[in-house]
Amino acid sequence: MTVVDDRPEAEAPAPRRRPNRLLALLRNSWRQLTSMRTALILLFLLAVAAIPGSVLPQRGISPEKVNEYFVDHPDWAPRLDRIGAFEVFGSVWFSAIYLLLFTSLIGCITPRLRDHVRALRSRPPVAPKRLARLPQHTVLPAPAGGATAVAEVLRKRRWRVEVRGDEVSAEKGYLKETGNLLFHTSLIAVLIGVALGSWYGWSGNRLLVAGADNAFCNTRQQYAEAKLGPRVDSADLPRFCLRLDDFQARFLDSGQPEFFNATVTVDGPDEPTRRADFSVNSPLRLNDASVYLLGHGYAPVIRYTDRFGRSQTSTTPFLTTGDMGLTSEGLAAFPDANVDPKTGQRAPDQQMAFTGIYLPTAPQQAPFVRSEYPTERNPTLNLVAYRGNLGLDAGIPGSVYQLDQRQVRAGKVKEVGTRLLRKGESWTLDDGTTVEFVGTERYVTLSVRHDPGSTPLLVSCGALLVGLMGSLFGKRRRVFFRVVPADPADGSPTGGSSLMEAGGLPRTDYPGFADEFAQLVTAVNGADGTAERADTDADSSDRAGVREGTE
Amino acid sequence: MSALSDNLVTFAILTYLIAMISHAVEYALGNARTRVAVASPARELVGAGVGGGGGVIPAPPAPVPPTVDGAARRARIAGLVAVGATAVAAVLHLAALVTRGLAADRMPWGNMYEFVLTVTFIGVAAWLVVLWKRPSLRKLGLFLTLVMVLLVATAELVLYVPIVPLVPALNSYWFVIHVSTIVFASGIFLLGVVPAVGFLMRGGYEQGKRSFPYTLAKRLPGAAGLERLTFTLHAFAFPIFTFAVIAGAIWAEAAWGRPWGWDPKETWAFISWVVYAGYLHARATPSVKRNVATWIAVLGFLTMLMNLFGVNIFFTGLHSYGGLD
Ligand code: HEM
Repeated sequence: MTVVDDRPEAEAPAPRRRPNRLLALLRNSWRQLTSMRTALILLFLLAVAAIPGSVLPQRGISPEKVNEYFVDHPDWAPRLDRIGAFEVFGSVWFSAIYLLLFTSLIGCITPRLRDHVRALRSRPPVAPKRLARLPQHTVLPAPAGGATAVAEVLRKRRWRVEVRGDEVSAEKGYLKETGNLLFHTSLIAVLIGVALGSWYGWSGNRLLVAGADNAFCNTRQQYAEAKLGPRVDSADLPRFCLRLDDFQARFLDSGQPEFFNATVTVDGPDEPTRRADFSVNSPLRLNDASVYLLGHGYAPVIRYTDRFGRSQTSTTPFLTTGDMGLTSEGLAAFPDANVDPKTGQRAPDQQMAFTGIYLPTAPQQAPFVRSEYPTERNPTLNLVAYRGNLGLDAGIPGSVYQLDQRQVRAGKVKEVGTRLLRKGESWTLDDGTTVEFVGTERYVTLSVRHDPGSTPLLVSCGALLVGLMGSLFGKRRRVFFRVVPADPADGSPTGGSSLMEAGGLPRTDYPGFADEFAQLVTAVNGADGTAERADTDADSSDRAGVREGTE
Repeated sequence: MSALSDNLVTFAILTYLIAMISHAVEYALGNARTRVAVASPARELVGAGVGGGGGVIPAPPAPVPPTVDGAARRARIAGLVAVGATAVAAVLHLAALVTRGLAADRMPWGNMYEFVLTVTFIGVAAWLVVLWKRPSLRKLGLFLTLVMVLLVATAELVLYVPIVPLVPALNSYWFVIHVSTIVFASGIFLLGVVPAVGFLMRGGYEQGKRSFPYTLAKRLPGAAGLERLTFTLHAFAFPIFTFAVIAGAIWAEAAWGRPWGWDPKETWAFISWVVYAGYLHARATPSVKRNVATWIAVLGFLTMLMNLFGVNIFFTGLHSYGGLD
């Protein structure tokens, strides 16, 4: 195979007067780092280093799973944690590998870029003395126009041509190196896009219950979790508010979701007021943020009427437990219940809370613990009532979705009873107070994000693909033509007219070159097909291999 | 329609099996022939002449024992039967996919079963194209049909799920773009493994290794041609795979709000991409031997398999549409 490797291999250093040890070491390390071999090893390491990221739970994706892992493997987990195994893609070692790889990449492509620009501006080289030594070679009768005519044919076929007297040199396929450099440069651009996104991007997750009272505004405090890039300040968040007006979902008989749509009203100084619909796969695009629909559920509306006859209503989202039927769990707390309206005196041990399971479609018979279908065909609330000091005033942070079990264990909160309530039903407790299951509201879980790196990322990915194709499918090759005076002693059929010698050289692995060369020669020759094929075929060995197998 | 599709899959597997057996017969008869031919080199020329003449049997220069010539002819017939059976199986395979898609009223790429079925179809279709262009590679068909039988049977026996529509997250045109290109690239990579393994065996054989797996390569086409085919297939599939991964990122941005989140599926796609990039690099590096490079390609396919089967079975992630609970 005649692949001429024209990569700028590290040249032997010019002999110096006094080789500086340190400098030599640095230069050698740099040369090592920017060699193809090192790139290969680093690529391999990168692949290997990514594996734990898929095997072990990762904080960035599923923090709950990481906690579970800590519970299940109390001895291993801390050790793994210390080496960053739960944050592989942000760990020191993973970063080290890709940073080295990219350093190598920059060191590799910079000189190639320079050489390539130089090559693009230079002319095809002088034809070698003995064309017969090239992998492709043939002799044909010279066309009438001589070298100029040949050059014309070649130019038409988009070769870069240089005529020197009776000689023509031509070159084609710069696209390969251009594409390769574009590809590798785009890799760097991709990395920059990712970095931009993580520095200047932000995101927040939150749950939004339908209704005007539950609207939320885009401030850091209003998110359950918010992540701001290091270059983003809370004050930089665009100002807008969202209200969920309606949420629709359709399901198949199997309970598998088929269609979702959320209707919201957007409003705020940074956004024109309007109504908008969005869904899974088609997020709501705002000026400086996008809103993604991640999940949905029900928020039961529970009304509690206390001993003084005062009613309070709670609409708290119950969190889905992950089953098909949207069985959800939650807590409705009434810390201000049983406050004497005359004295305004709080009775801290008379606070009320209800934990429960909500079943959009309860089964016909007990146990009432699992919903059978995600829409409300038989909406049922399975409630447990608690009375006592809920511990909300103590300032201990607790989940709004769960009763503080410490208070229960300490005997400060006591269970009063359990009851199954259908929509509209009410339940009178032992002290004469009542609780009513009024109905439900829908809620959605949203992710609100802004990623300024996404456009650069998309553009660089496009460039990457274009470059990759140029690089993989481009072929570099050179051809040379030389008019030679006919040898009168030759006795060739062309008699005394002049001959032309042609040679071709593929500069990259290119099995089809022989065919292209033959075609080119035919075209040059005025298509009379007398050109004989040389035996020094670039692929002769290979073609023979193919023929050998033919039966 | 759904039942029809299931039956077609079964028939396709059986037909692949027939193709595989025919290839094996061709192999065995071919071996018998070479054994005789080694003793008398002149006869090998005759054997080759039979095929070269397109079935016209030239007058033998010397009396040839009929058994030898008969074996060669029978080997050739077995080979042609094998190719025919592969083509028939591919048609059944396609029909199974089409009926499945019609029954589901969507593209048949909604779960692992359908996914494997489509990838293998792409593999076999691409094989038929390669074979049409380079008939001399026919003997690789033994490996290809073996892979087909194994994968399609695994799909039917292990991964089968009844038809269900797509969940909303999959209901996007980016899904169609992403999955079709992934499937296509995977199919070509799958086919690429066949000459890669063939090259590794044949290369060893040509270097004089005569132990077990290498001897199987005795009747394979030349190592250099296999290596080049391996490269061509991978160079063809790699940009498509790259595009598919990018399309996946665009879709993930729309569906989940982030283009890349290191979900297990994404992580393994990254690993496969890096390994295949490593293969292309290795092949372009003069100091790396071709068989080392080819091993990297095989490794790349193992990571694809890991993504296809391993990730769906062992890990849970957002891409949990594998269809196995
Ligand atoms: C960031 C990691 C890298 C990736 C993902 C990558 C990927 C690729 C791919 C896919 C190709 C095949 C395309 C082709 O054949 O032209 C390629 C080619 C090439 N890469 Fe890289 N590369 C990386 C880093 C590097 C580095 C660090 C170097 C320099 C040491 C380098 C030098 C080359 C060269 C010279 C080729 C051309 C090979 C040929 O002649 O075809 N690459 N690279």
